[in-house]
Amino acid sequence: MNIRVRNAENFEFTPENLEWVEGQLAKYPKDRAQSAVMPLLTRAQEQNNGWVSRAVMEYVADFLGMPYIRVQEVATFYSMYNLKPVGRHVIEVCTTTPCWLRGSDDVVAACKAELGIEFGETTGDGEFTLLEVECAGACVNAPVIAYRKEYYEDLDAASTRKFIRAIKSGGQLASGPQNGRHKSAALSGPTTLKEFCAVAGGQD
Amino acid sequence: MLADKDRIFTNLYGYQSFGLAAAKLRGDWDGTKEILEKGADWIVGEMKASGLRGRGGAGFPTGLKWSFMPKESDGRPQYLVVNADEGEPGTCKDREIIRHDPHKLIEGCLVAGFAMRACAAYIYIRGEFVHEADVLETAIQEAYAAGLIGDNACGIGYKFDIYVHRGAGAYICGEETALIESIEGKKGQPRMKPPFPANVGLYGCPTTVNNVESIAVAPTILRRGGAWFAGLGRQNNTGTKLFCISGHVNNPCNVEEEMGVSLKELIDTHAGGVRGGWDNLLAIIPGGSSVHLLPKNICDTVCMDYDALKAEGSGLGTAAVIVMDKSTDIIRAIARLSEFYYHESCGQCTPCREGTGWMSRVMQRLVTGDAEIAEIDMLLDVTKKVEGHTICALGDAAAWPIQGLLRHFRPEVERRILDHKKSRNAA
Ligand SMILES: Cc1cc2nc3c(=O)[nH]c(=O)nc-3n(C[C@H](O)[C@H](O)[C@H](O)COP(=O)(O)O)c2cc1C
Ligand code: SF4
Ligand code: FES
Repeated sequence: MNIRVRNAENFEFTPENLEWVEGQLAKYPKDRAQSAVMPLLTRAQEQNNGWVSRAVMEYVADFLGMPYIRVQEVATFYSMYNLKPVGRHVIEVCTTTPCWLRGSDDVVAACKAELGIEFGETTGDGEFTLLEVECAGACVNAPVIAYRKEYYEDLDAASTRKFIRAIKSGGQLASGPQNGRHKSAALSGPTTLKEFCAVAGGQD
Repeated sequence: MLADKDRIFTNLYGYQSFGLAAAKLRGDWDGTKEILEKGADWIVGEMKASGLRGRGGAGFPTGLKWSFMPKESDGRPQYLVVNADEGEPGTCKDREIIRHDPHKLIEGCLVAGFAMRACAAYIYIRGEFVHEADVLETAIQEAYAAGLIGDNACGIGYKFDIYVHRGAGAYICGEETALIESIEGKKGQPRMKPPFPANVGLYGCPTTVNNVESIAVAPTILRRGGAWFAGLGRQNNTGTKLFCISGHVNNPCNVEEEMGVSLKELIDTHAGGVRGGWDNLLAIIPGGSSVHLLPKNICDTVCMDYDALKAEGSGLGTAAVIVMDKSTDIIRAIARLSEFYYHESCGQCTPCREGTGWMSRVMQRLVTGDAEIAEIDMLLDVTKKVEGHTICALGDAAAWPIQGLLRHFRPEVERRILDHKKSRNAA
């Protein structure tokens, strides 16, 4: 979205992000700017090629008038902040029990084979990072991969490979279930609300 | 079983638009002004009459919880906080409400907030739900633009704001006081109680934390009457409930059913049955990862409500039904949950910080059988030492799955240890 400088020594928000930040601060009482530390870190991470550097934390701390250590505590506590550089494409695979029961081992194996890296690693060309995550909150559509802002669901080895190959060739598959089902309704079709479900059009 | 006319979440599967116009056609925002005009006491009274119990896991009566909020303000603002951190393994219902029926949640925030004299609601949504949070923010903007919320909500002269706060990946932030800390811009570490949030919550102000589903069902309850909701299910276990059916079933899905539906009927009717048939069932975790698993013989007859599952030593929790057929390595299935709790412990209290790691390591060895028989009792003993001795319920949540495993599958655990010894001796 913004200027991409790898391992930037300095960090400051783009004018466009600064404007967005104003909207975030408006959500919290005036003397509670610290409440905005998470959204600011998230946005800063996006601007900073997907990771939170020391410069990012210092900038956010100054911005909110917080001690640096408090920002660092937050950045290290939450798993979505990457504390080291990541690839351009971050693939997060859920392996918690409900996903595991539905074959996340196959999904993991397909990712590793397709990318040639293990969990926590980045490909040599800096393109892909593979991460293991805990329950993504989409368990009836297991196994699940989170990529960019979307979930890829109901995966198996073949659809996982297809998903990764699409990214490699510069594209991206449509998100959601990869086995043809509709959202979290049963694969064979919804068992309830058939009239509601039959209403055509107006779908998002 | 539930008839469609009694289903609240008619757009559960997102066949229709989430937007305001479509939501109104589904009945949302119908007569909201009249509901508010009946007053806070009437709303709380109907909620109590409905028998609704919190859908976030603990099952605390919702109307009663709302009534704990101060009636006279001492000058501090009051807040409603909605828990959309949905992270309990197996659970994926709040996501569907938010992305497909967000106006039910927004209208719920207004009526709940009004009933507890809140000036605003903060909806804390897990950071991974980016798409869902975007949908929710869009729907909130629609509600503002239509004057349903904001400076003069529904035209009754009541100012009410709704804000979305996005998390960043920490299961523990689902615990209500950790969630409050997180909104305040800190690490999500649970607070000691008391004081309870109704006295000292967000920014030191009176606060009520409710699950998404608890809040989203409120407008329909108020429109149709507490008695309607109370007429579904059985006493103390009333209403409808979203069930998330995952694991070894033919058709995993979410579905809204009547509270108290039989577990077998739920799975056979909506999830296409257990993979390989009901007789191929090994065990089910009926209420999200932290409750005790149930072996098949209990699953044959048990009903899905708070009291029925409690009577079997388990719980309804979040009503996330995780099904495991006979091909499952049940020890590994539970060991993976132990790893989850170890990973998610906030590290604040010793029994949890040390205990979850210790339990997870022993569980790993039980998977391969590389352990001594005596360690089984030692493990059970440690689960008892963690349970009830921590600041928040994550300690309990880490202990219970292991207790359930050892209660129902101890012979399997022992067999694996003996087999391991045999193969080592043979080598
Ligand atoms: C470790 C832990 C995680 C929790 N996660 C959630 C969650 O993701 N969503 C939720 O609504 N409640 C969660 N809870 C329960 C909340 O603390 C709280 O009881 C609930 O949000 C109250 O809402 P309710 O009364 O509407 O159920 C969690 C509790 C614990 C101890
Ligand atoms: S029980 Fe665990 S998660 Fe809860 S406060 Fe203690 S250390 Fe943190
Ligand atoms: S276990 Fe993978 S989404 Fe819940």
